[in-house]
Amino acid sequence: MTDDRSALSREDVIHVARLARLDLSDEEVELFTAQLRTVLDHADDVASLDLSHLEPSSHPIALANVLRPDEPRPSLDRAEVLAVAPSVEDHRFRVPRIGGEAL
Amino acid sequence: MTPTAVSLAAEVRAGQRSARDVVDEALATVDAGDGQYHAFLSLMPDEARAAADAVDAAVAAGRDPGPLAGVPVALKDNLCTRGAVTTCGSRILEGWRPPYDATVVTALRRSGAIALGKANMDEFAMGSSTENSAFGATRNPRDITKVPGGSSGGSAAAVAAGFTPLGIGSDTGGSIRQPAALCGVVGMKPTYGRVSRYGLVAFASSLDQIGPFATTVEDAALLFDVLAGHDPLDSTSLPSQPEATVATVHDGVEGVRVGLCRDLVDGCSPDVVARVREAADALAGAGAKVEEVSVPEFGYGLSAYYLIAPAEASSNLARYDGVRYGLRVNAEDVAAMNTATRTAGFGAEVKRRIMLGTYALSAGYYDAYYAQAQRVRTLVMQAFDRAYSSYDVLLGATAPTTAFDVGAKVDDPMAMYMNDVCTIPSNLSGHPALSVPFGGGEDGLPVGVQVLAPALQEALLFRVAQVIEDGAP
Repeated sequence: MTDDRSALSREDVIHVARLARLDLSDEEVELFTAQLRTVLDHADDVASLDLSHLEPSSHPIALANVLRPDEPRPSLDRAEVLAVAPSVEDHRFRVPRIGGEAL
Repeated sequence: MTPTAVSLAAEVRAGQRSARDVVDEALATVDAGDGQYHAFLSLMPDEARAAADAVDAAVAAGRDPGPLAGVPVALKDNLCTRGAVTTCGSRILEGWRPPYDATVVTALRRSGAIALGKANMDEFAMGSSTENSAFGATRNPRDITKVPGGSSGGSAAAVAAGFTPLGIGSDTGGSIRQPAALCGVVGMKPTYGRVSRYGLVAFASSLDQIGPFATTVEDAALLFDVLAGHDPLDSTSLPSQPEATVATVHDGVEGVRVGLCRDLVDGCSPDVVARVREAADALAGAGAKVEEVSVPEFGYGLSAYYLIAPAEASSNLARYDGVRYGLRVNAEDVAAMNTATRTAGFGAEVKRRIMLGTYALSAGYYDAYYAQAQRVRTLVMQAFDRAYSSYDVLLGATAPTTAFDVGAKVDDPMAMYMNDVCTIPSNLSGHPALSVPFGGGEDGLPVGVQVLAPALQEALLFRVAQVIEDGAP
């Protein structure tokens, strides 16, 4: 696993940006590659520790599922919610076509 | 000198001064003075005056107007305010009016406090200088050539400038405590789960916590008591009922075991180290037992944080897709619209963190980075437990230096991240911690001393901080 670290390349940055739905200019790819490499280099101090004896902690407190009675109650006002939407049609969020579908 | 929240609320509650008068004066003061600081992104004059009138009506009718009656508060702009613009300092939420209030906003209203406006912040709370706001930086009221710290720099500056006695911020890696230190005010991060996060726009959900800014420890305790409590709308909200802290603020530190933590002062500038040691002396003089302690595991906190927080952020910020609210940049299909919207709507630091987090979570790197960072989190939590078996509180610096020059670190993310090195451990562990002003640095700018305590020990935290405040030069 240690071989994978700090090998962040331009291609990695382009790939990650695509996963995150971000478009980067060539200059941004250069800049972000250098900057993210610096952060990941700093993270080498923890990536190289042997902590195999410890369990990972996702939260500071133990989380328990929270349940409530399944009873109808008021929720957000539809008109108020749709009033701040970028595009609305027929009481729904309107979006451009999805993938190659013809709508 | 602006009056404290305690004295202002007492006047309003006694009918000696109307809340409306307090609010009108506060709005006028911001109008006249905020051009040079840019603490606020927007004001809520109509809502504030209506809330003030409600307080005055309660007083006139002989009803209890609440413990913070008529006290103006600056809200960080990542707290949802129904019908009032909430931007998180981001173009992607420019002009967005939430359809609901954050639980803390409701709690403030019930307490008689008046939300005066929305305070500037680093975009989505990512930053340590409030220079990452899409709507322009905030300046430090103590010296406008300096940053106020961040990410809650607007709330800290509003309190430091005397615009509002109280402010609310959020603290994911130090975003309340560090700006409090740099602006010379009190700032406190409660125990994770003690204050509801419902209506706080999420950055890193396992680290985020809402907390108070004030000019005095007692005011901070009063505001914390209003904010704290169980909320069924937040699944991480602690079910236990909090105890009031304000009543015991002045109880002193006789017999309290204080660990002066070398790892939270090493590497700080000499003037900051000197102030922390003097604060320790003040505690010893008041009867605390002070010893030096080393918790070397804290040294790994920064690296772990800058993997965990971006990983959670990359997931949380996936919701900004241009579909339901906020910015939309049109394109031929949904995927292209998502990309165009996010590319135009997010600033550079937010993009950096989203990419860093996406990378840390991606196939092939998950174990090396994200899972490993979570193990470091366990390591830090165990180190805290060990320290707290010998000490009741820990003491250290809040920030490595006093406020730095505007522009000094914007092009060097790692240098900016280093500001959080002393504050991050308490976010990883979920423990409460606060920053209290204690004298100045060689440049005359404020120094903050940080007090850290075990989970749910907020009352003790405030008691210790009060002694430091009383002993400040």
